Amino acid sequence: MSDNKEEPKKPAAAPTKPSTAKTTAPAAKPTTPAAAKPPAPAAKPAAAAPPPKKEPEPPAFEKGLVDEIKKKFGDSIKTVFIRPRRIKIQVEPHDITEVATFLRDSMGLDHAESVTGTDYPKDGQIEVTYHLGSYSREDLGAHVLSLTTRTNRDDPKLPTLINVYKSVEYHERETFEMLGVYFEGHPRNERFLLPEDWADIPPLRKDFRIKGR
Amino acid sequence: MTSLDEKFEESKRLGLQIVKESEEDRLMTLSVGPQHPGSGHFRFTIKVDGDYIVYCDPDPGYVHRGEEKMSEYRNFIQNIPHLERPVIHDSTNITYSYSLAVEELVGIEVPRRGQYIRAIASELNRQVYTLYWLAIYGIFLGHSTMFMWPTGDRELFIDLLEALTGARVTHAFNIPGGVRNDMPDGFKDRCLRQVKYFEKRLKEYEDIFYNMPLFRQRTEGVGVLTKEDAIKLGVAGSVLRASGVPYDIRKAEPYDIYNEIDFKVQYMKTGDSFARSYVPFLDMKESCNIIRQLLDKMPQSGEVRAKLQPNPKGPPGEAYRRVESGRGALGYHIISDGTPKPYRVKISVGSFRNMLALPFLLVGQKLADMPSVYWSLNYWPVEADR
Repeated sequence: MSDNKEEPKKPAAAPTKPSTAKTTAPAAKPTTPAAAKPPAPAAKPAAAAPPPKKEPEPPAFEKGLVDEIKKKFGDSIKTVFIRPRRIKIQVEPHDITEVATFLRDSMGLDHAESVTGTDYPKDGQIEVTYHLGSYSREDLGAHVLSLTTRTNRDDPKLPTLINVYKSVEYHERETFEMLGVYFEGHPRNERFLLPEDWADIPPLRKDFRIKGR
Repeated sequence: MTSLDEKFEESKRLGLQIVKESEEDRLMTLSVGPQHPGSGHFRFTIKVDGDYIVYCDPDPGYVHRGEEKMSEYRNFIQNIPHLERPVIHDSTNITYSYSLAVEELVGIEVPRRGQYIRAIASELNRQVYTLYWLAIYGIFLGHSTMFMWPTGDRELFIDLLEALTGARVTHAFNIPGGVRNDMPDGFKDRCLRQVKYFEKRLKEYEDIFYNMPLFRQRTEGVGVLTKEDAIKLGVAGSVLRASGVPYDIRKAEPYDIYNEIDFKVQYMKTGDSFARSYVPFLDMKESCNIIRQLLDKMPQSGEVRAKLQPNPKGPPGEAYRRVESGRGALGYHIISDGTPKPYRVKISVGSFRNMLALPFLLVGQKLADMPSVYWSLNYWPVEADR
């Protein structure tokens, strides 16, 4: 509530300096004289770095991986971002099984770390992200490929990836109960973490509000 | 010789009340938990045929707190104290990857001394967690000395962390931008002394527990998870390394200063309960080595955290960062919409991933082997439920 009010201070360098120094003074007493200098360099990259974040050239190795996928599937793959060690691609729901099979068999991404569902009520969509990683390929050990797809929020249905990645079994079940995404072909679209008598909308939807908040 | 069917037909003809036994009659359904001593609040249903487990269905959720939903209502800094609740024994590691992700989103650089102190705290905390886990493993197998000793030695590291952070268990020490406060005077000497003593104790652990024939009989060859299955199930941490996959986030994707530290990824190839219980022990040994190096290479002075604005926020975007916790890879997927509060926080935890291996390993085991398989999975129910 009051969070947003303090924000506009950001561009003015002079007022932020004393205010940050004040707040940290009790925590680190002996370092405060030295601390007077760092705020300026620390604040600058925070303000300056984010805009060019999306622009730098995508790293060669990661770009090569995406090119490999694109060569196979063409324009049905939408690249969201390519950063060092992180790639995010978006596919249509009807393509996802095929793409995932390709990623597993030809690229060596052998397991899914997690499945994230995110509700976007403004777009009327729910985004489901599979974080895929590799244990068997050493050069991919640090990489996480986010395979994303979007589905309609009112009737969310997606094909399950359980036959491609066994490791998504519980993650998809969790996504089902937390966001209400029905995974077609999944053997158990049922309660997992929530109480058995849960009788509300899926709690990670944005229109579910915590009481009193 | 008459067959069983013929006997049954004859008994019917004679008017005897003999009922054929169906398969269902032979099976007994048992509910393990949720108040199982030591297991944390986790329940799984098993069916036994005689002495053998033929069915297992995990039912987590008894300690589900909705951490992910709660995170959407608080700003990046306010989230720290409640996000460490899922694993209070490993609270530094669970906030570590959160801090890394927020730093990536907001665009903060952590000072070098801060990075070292962070790593030291997380290594100490890993010891605390592993000792607690080991203590419970001991009592699960009826070895009460192995419950007492690690619980006692755990105090050493808790005391160190108390001196470092001010709190015994829930530290809230890692914050985006570094650590909350600097080291106290004389911490290095004290830490080295404790680590030296602890290494001596580790040898005694090996003698009394890991080399004991009874323990070996109860764990060796029990619940074998092959390398292929471990990869397919996507398990993490010590369970994965016990099956012969030398994968450790500290090595695979070094964060902060871990690329400057010389250490080996500990792993075994057998994939049985023994390997799963021995790999964390090897990790503890290696961790002592890491702590010593960290204390040695650490810059003697300097900032421990970058200055933050009152309500840090970055441009809209997302970050996925991982660290190696006591239970394997611990990742945060944070989506920010440009406000000081995260739009979505997903906590990807090793326990939740290792739970998938539980029914896989238990089916076909004897009922008596259930505790040794279950707890060797390095499974922390509270973390899995979030």
